[in-house]
Amino acid sequence: MNTEMNTDLTLHRVWQLGADIDTDVLAPGHAMKYGIATIARHCLESVRPEFAAQVQRGDVVVAGPNFGIGSSREQAASVLVELGVAAVIAASFSGLYFRNAFNVGLLLLTCAQAETLQEGEHIVLDGEGRFVQGQDGRRLACEPIPDFLMQMVRNGGLLPTLRQRLERERELAREHAATTSTSTSTSTPIQSSTRSPAP
Amino acid sequence: MKTLTPMPQTLAQKLIARAAGRASVMPGEIVNCKVDLAMFHDSSGPRRLKPMLEELGAQIWDKSKVVLVMDHYVPERDDESRKIVRIAREWAQEQALPHVYDSQGICHVVVPQHGHIRPGMFCVGGDSHSPTGGAFGAYMFGIGSTEMLGVVVTGEIWLRVPHTQQMHWRGHLAKGVTAKDMMLHMTGRFGMNGGQYQAVEFCGSAVRALSMQERMTLSNMSAELGAQVGLIAPDEVTAAWLKTTGVPEAATEWPDGFTDAGADLTRHDFDASTLTPYVAAPHSPANAHEVARYSGTRVDVAYIGACTGAKLDDLRAAAEVLRGQRVASGVRLMVAPASLKDQRAAEKEGVLQVLMDAGAELFPTACGACAGYGETLGDNTTVISSTARNFKGRMGSATAQVYLASPYTVAASALRGVITDPREVLQ
Repeated sequence: MNTEMNTDLTLHRVWQLGADIDTDVLAPGHAMKYGIATIARHCLESVRPEFAAQVQRGDVVVAGPNFGIGSSREQAASVLVELGVAAVIAASFSGLYFRNAFNVGLLLLTCAQAETLQEGEHIVLDGEGRFVQGQDGRRLACEPIPDFLMQMVRNGGLLPTLRQRLERERELAREHAATTSTSTSTSTPIQSSTRSPAP
Repeated sequence: MKTLTPMPQTLAQKLIARAAGRASVMPGEIVNCKVDLAMFHDSSGPRRLKPMLEELGAQIWDKSKVVLVMDHYVPERDDESRKIVRIAREWAQEQALPHVYDSQGICHVVVPQHGHIRPGMFCVGGDSHSPTGGAFGAYMFGIGSTEMLGVVVTGEIWLRVPHTQQMHWRGHLAKGVTAKDMMLHMTGRFGMNGGQYQAVEFCGSAVRALSMQERMTLSNMSAELGAQVGLIAPDEVTAAWLKTTGVPEAATEWPDGFTDAGADLTRHDFDASTLTPYVAAPHSPANAHEVARYSGTRVDVAYIGACTGAKLDDLRAAAEVLRGQRVASGVRLMVAPASLKDQRAAEKEGVLQVLMDAGAELFPTACGACAGYGETLGDNTTVISSTARNFKGRMGSATAQVYLASPYTVAASALRGVITDPREVLQ
C-alpha cells in the first residue's frame, strides 16, 4: 500500500459522487477475500464503473452527505489510498469511516459546500485541511481536524505512527538500561489527551 | 467543608469516564480509554493483524481480553476463504488465545452468549455491528483492522466523548411488531447518519419490556443509525440473561448503569403502541415505511439470517407465522441461525422443525448471504430479509432488490409470496 500522502501535487481533479456512498460500493463484499490491489479494481463498480480504471494519482473524491456509511471494513478507505486519491471532500462522513480513513493515511475533509465542486474541476488543498480552493478562486471552509489526526495522516496512518512510538520506546529503554540497572517503563501515548476540535 | 454536587451524567459518559479512569467526562473532549475486551473475526482479525504485528515486532497486550470468532468465511467455499480461515486458526494456536469460537455462529451473538460482555465494560469490535454489546450496558463500538492493531498493541483507544440522543419509547408493542420495526421506524426518520456518531440510548416502557435478544436487535442496528454506540441501561432482564451464560452474579450488574436525571441530552419520543410493522425498500435501511406501502410486492427469496435477524427469538417469531403451513409456491425460504446455541435451542423447542416443515432450507450459522461473503443471491431476485443492510450489491448482486423487515414480516411474506403485514396471518 502507498504510505505517502497523495496530496503533493498542486492541482487535484474532482470526481463528484453525490450522497450516501457506502462502504459496500467502495469495497464490494464479493472482493473482500482478496488483497487490496484486487479490491481496488472493484471500487465503486456499481455506481461509477469507470472510476477504478480512470482515476489518477492526486485526484480527489468529492461527495455529498454520509460518505462511508455501512461496514467497518477499512479496505473501503484503503482502496482510495491504493488508487492514489489525495483526499475525500464530503459534506459529512460516517464516524467509523472517518476513524478508519485517518488510520490508513487517507485525508478526509468535511466541507459543507462540497457539492458545489464540479466533476472534472481542478482544485487546490491547503495542506492543513482548513479549506479547499476551487478553479475560480472561491474558498470552501473545512471543519478543523485534531492535530494528532493530521499528524497521523501525514505519517501515513496508524501503523507507521505506532512503529515510530515503539522505536522511541525501545530507544529510551536501551538508554535507560545503559545508565541504570533498574528499569522503569516509559510510554508516550499515540493519542494524547489533548482537547481539540472534534472529528 | 463544602462538597460539589456532581454534574448529572449520561450512561455513555459514565461508561467512558470509568474506562478513562476519570470521575467524569464532558461531551466533546477527547480521552484515552482502557479496553476491557477486543473482539474480532476471521475477516477483520488475524489475516490483517498478524502481518502488522509481525512488522512492528509487537505482542498482544493482554490475551485474556481478546476474543476471536470465525464467522465470515466459514464454512470455507473456495481457496481464498480457506486461506483466510486457516490463517485465523493457525494464529489462534500459535498465540494460544484463550477465547476462540470457530464456526459457532456470528460474533455479535456468540460473544455475549459466552458471557464476555457485561454491564460497565468498555469494548471494541472489528465489525460495524459491534454496538450490539450496548444492549448489555457496555460501551461497545466497531473499529477497523488498523485501529484494532492499535488496541491489540496498547490496550487503549482514543475517543471523543459523545453527546447522547435518547430514544424514549413509551407504551407497548402490539403483537407481530418487534424491535426491528422500532429500528426501521427510526432509520426512516433519522437517516443512516442521523446518529452522527454520537451515543444513542434506548429507553422507556417498550424497551424495558423487550427480551434480551430483542434489545440486542435494537443496539445492533444503531450502526444503521450512524451512532457510535446504542446503549440500554442494564436491568433485571439483563442480569437474568447473563446468569444463563455463566456470568457470576456480581458481574451481572453495574450499579452506575443509568443516565442521571437532568443529564444533558437530546430526547426523542415515540409511542410503541401505535407502531406498525416496517419495511425498508432498496437500497437503504433509511428508505423505510409502514409495511402497507409495499404490501403485494412479489418476493422470490425470504431470508432469515444474520446477527440482526436470526437469533432464537427471531426464529420463534418466524415459526409463529409458519406453524402448520407451507411457503408459497416458487418462494425460497432460507434460514441461517445466528448461533449454534440458538439453533440447538430452536431444535429442542420444535421451532426449527416448524420452519423445515414450512419448506425452509437450513444454512450454516455464519454471516452467510447477509454481506455477500457466503452464499450470494442471484441477479434480478427480489428478497425480503431479516438482516440489517440492503445496500446495492450488498447480498452479492447489484440487480437484486432487497427489502428489510422483521422475522414476522419475512415469514408472512414467504407464506403469501408477496410482502405481507404479519398481523394479517398471525392467529
